[in-house]
Amino acid sequence: MTSYNDFVIRFANVNGSGSASANGMFAKALFRMGIPVASRNIFPSNIQGLPTWFEVRVSEEEYFGRRSEVDIMVAMNAETFEQDVASLRSGGYLVYDSTKGRDPKLARDDVVPIGVPISRLILSEFTDPKQRQLFKNIVYLGVLTSLLNIDFSVITNMVSTQYKGKDELIQPNIHALEMGRSYAQSYLDCPLPIQVRHSERLGGRIFIDGNEAAALGAIYGGATICAWYPITPSTSMAEAYEKHASKLRVDPDTTEHKFAIIQAEDELAALGIVIGAGWNGARAFTATSGPGISLMTEFLGLAYFAEIPAVLFDIQRAGPSTGMPTRTQQADILAAAYASHGDTKHPLLFPSTPRECFDFAANAFDFADRLQTPILVMSDLDLGMNEITSEALEWDDHRKYDRGKVLDADDLDNMEVFGRYLDVDGDGIGYRTLPGTHPSKGSFFTRGTSRDEYATYTEDPDAYSKNMDRLLSKWETAKTVLPSAVIRSEERRAGIIYYGTTSTPMSECLDMLDEQGIELDTMRIRAFPFGPEVVEFIDNHEIVFMVEQNRDAQMKMLMTNELDLLPSSIQSILYYGGMSISADFIVDEVLSYYQTNNIPRIKVVST
Amino acid sequence: MTFVAKPKVHHPLLQFNEIGLTRRDYEGAVSTLCAGCGHDSVSAAVAMACNELAIPPHRFAKISGIGCSSKTPSYFLGASHGFNSVHGRMPSVATGANLANHELHCIGVSGDGDSASIGVGQFAHIVRRKVNMLYIVDNNGTYGLTKGQFSATNDRGSTSKRGVPNLYSPIDLVSMALQIGASFVARSFSGDKQQLVPLIKAAIMHKGFAFIDVISPCVMFNNHNGSTKSYQYVREHTASMVDAQLVMPHEQIEIEYAPGTLKEVDMPDGSVLRLRKISESYDPHDRVGALNHVQRAQEQGDVITGLLYVDLIASDIHEVLETPSKPLNKLSEADLCPGSEALTAVNASFR
Repeated sequence: MTSYNDFVIRFANVNGSGSASANGMFAKALFRMGIPVASRNIFPSNIQGLPTWFEVRVSEEEYFGRRSEVDIMVAMNAETFEQDVASLRSGGYLVYDSTKGRDPKLARDDVVPIGVPISRLILSEFTDPKQRQLFKNIVYLGVLTSLLNIDFSVITNMVSTQYKGKDELIQPNIHALEMGRSYAQSYLDCPLPIQVRHSERLGGRIFIDGNEAAALGAIYGGATICAWYPITPSTSMAEAYEKHASKLRVDPDTTEHKFAIIQAEDELAALGIVIGAGWNGARAFTATSGPGISLMTEFLGLAYFAEIPAVLFDIQRAGPSTGMPTRTQQADILAAAYASHGDTKHPLLFPSTPRECFDFAANAFDFADRLQTPILVMSDLDLGMNEITSEALEWDDHRKYDRGKVLDADDLDNMEVFGRYLDVDGDGIGYRTLPGTHPSKGSFFTRGTSRDEYATYTEDPDAYSKNMDRLLSKWETAKTVLPSAVIRSEERRAGIIYYGTTSTPMSECLDMLDEQGIELDTMRIRAFPFGPEVVEFIDNHEIVFMVEQNRDAQMKMLMTNELDLLPSSIQSILYYGGMSISADFIVDEVLSYYQTNNIPRIKVVST
Repeated sequence: MTFVAKPKVHHPLLQFNEIGLTRRDYEGAVSTLCAGCGHDSVSAAVAMACNELAIPPHRFAKISGIGCSSKTPSYFLGASHGFNSVHGRMPSVATGANLANHELHCIGVSGDGDSASIGVGQFAHIVRRKVNMLYIVDNNGTYGLTKGQFSATNDRGSTSKRGVPNLYSPIDLVSMALQIGASFVARSFSGDKQQLVPLIKAAIMHKGFAFIDVISPCVMFNNHNGSTKSYQYVREHTASMVDAQLVMPHEQIEIEYAPGTLKEVDMPDGSVLRLRKISESYDPHDRVGALNHVQRAQEQGDVITGLLYVDLIASDIHEVLETPSKPLNKLSEADLCPGSEALTAVNASFR
């Protein structure tokens, strides 16, 4: 039976061999045929020579999570061949270079081998060694267009657009594509029973990664200063900010740049620049990952205590220490929430899609200005660096930036008393002034040392405690400002909590559980501190699962600590291998909990 | 320790500057440093320089790190905003503040512990970045607030109060600044107001990164016989190379220096920088020569003071980044947000 638009294909390549461009083109071609797709680049911390994989999930059902079973393997790396063959599901298809005959390591007879003499085809057509290497990738792309019934014109159009201006590259690329395609049509059974066809599912959606969407959000949110230090997987966000700002923020008449980007000497300096700019009234951000957050904790404490707006994007990767720099995790939750010594805590945002990266990035600048404190946007490698089908980005032109409580010279002239840290409105947030505002009023000294309501240094116990308590009152205000959890509840017995990229496999997971007679209410956390709806959800469910991608159940710890819950009120489902979590994994864990505890299901399922 | 606040009455003999302010308007809170601390003289010199330049005090932004020196921005320019940040990180905070609003005059105050040890990396990089600011190091060779440990600028062989010699090589921030490319580099002595005030004025008006290393003795922990950062040692071993006198474009001040020893330099803003050459052979526009001179003198135990190097056509970070004439912190939604129409095109590029 033929299936359409429903498979996982994995490309096994050698890093630095030019495969990324061909594989990216494959994913984009399917997207252009209107098919929902999600891509995953599983790459080493290396520039050339080590194994790398690229996975595309093609799903008319819009299941975008990783699936451990691979339907089609394009095995182009001899070093990982055995492992790649093993990862195919029974009945899956193995595309390999058959120039040297069938590899004896292809020991499975439950998969369908599809040998293509790629090297031999290339050898007779191209003489340049570099081209021979690069066009291998293009040849297998050509083979796949036939095997999967991909609209060939979509791919050839993409080649023409991609090499616009370098016309001499267009013809050899198209030639290589046609070589693969015609070989497949002549010698292979095409198309396979799993294939693609044009779809109408996408509507106006886009194919984008979270870092690029977040960078655009920073531009739309009015960020003028980006200070950063290169670190995987956050680098592409700073680079995307530069790319888009160079188009969207350059005055066409004067060629002035309405933005400033500083590649700092380290993460400490990156956040220092952001804080200096925030103190002086410009919207500024940094993008980093766990090791950078570790270095930034000193400045995070200063910004918390001195109450300076700042926005940080933590594109999380697998820790601790250098950990697995090119693998994904959600393991900085506690480090970010309580970063720095003394009594500190910081608002966190948890985007789960590129569209949300854009929205939360733009909103984070409003939150930082409103709350006069650092806001950390907790993305991760999976969300930040992989292109996925996402809602299109939207902007309301009537929207005004919320610059928070900032006094101008007229305000100061009309005031009797100015105290930088006076809580006049009862929301724990004082009014601030920017340097240079008024010749004689409103100046104050910003410091990381203790001070009274008028910003004067003090070690008085009462003044110190009062200030610390006001910061807690501001924390309460934060709960009303930040996005609340998204809850879908039908008053079921059990619920499941997730956040960030653990949301990606969730629709598939819920459908799979449903088939097993288990229905779950859901709550997606979008921010810390948690609003009252979070406690309510947990209180209202007898069984509560929490899905996270870290070893120590960090979000659960944060919740039990902040909401004064019994740790046993939440059952953790933890994946921390560094690949993105799959629906199968979550389903297995939930089923095993039900079995172990003899919990009846809604319907009986024959096993 | 308690202090009596200074009364805000106007003494009839106090002179007004061109914008109708007196030196009192450039003062700050009462210092809490030790009596006789060199740093207080530096603060007074900064206040005097700003008064003489007749720049409104609120048009300055004062930024510091941590330590005795970093406390001092409280003690001058009380009408301007100050930011006492974290140890060794003043340069990054100053960079951000300057990026946000290039119209404010940025004064950074740091110490030798702050800039030559914990913040040596940030010091090096702010020099590279050409931030338009005055960066002062109150250099006393010791950690005052933690009671007298050696700092990295302390000369080898210089002794602590207890007589223990320093065994490690010093870091010379002036040499570093010259080598990395600062466009204005000077050294002075906190006790030499005649030299320091004009240097500060010239540094504030200099467009680019201006560095002044001020030897500023610590009366508590580093002002004894074995110290090379004591009042006595510095007075005995100072060799002044170049004195700077900044003359504003509209001023008609004649400086009475003997002919042949005065060098007038036209500044890009129309003002004139007058350099008094004590040594005829010294050229303040020769970076390599300056570096040589400083290091030779150091070998002999001499402290070279004065304006050691200035590049009069220097550029700053805003020129490099091509930022608008309107400060970034004054740009509104209309300037910054590309709007929904542009977003439609952005979306299309992702299909």
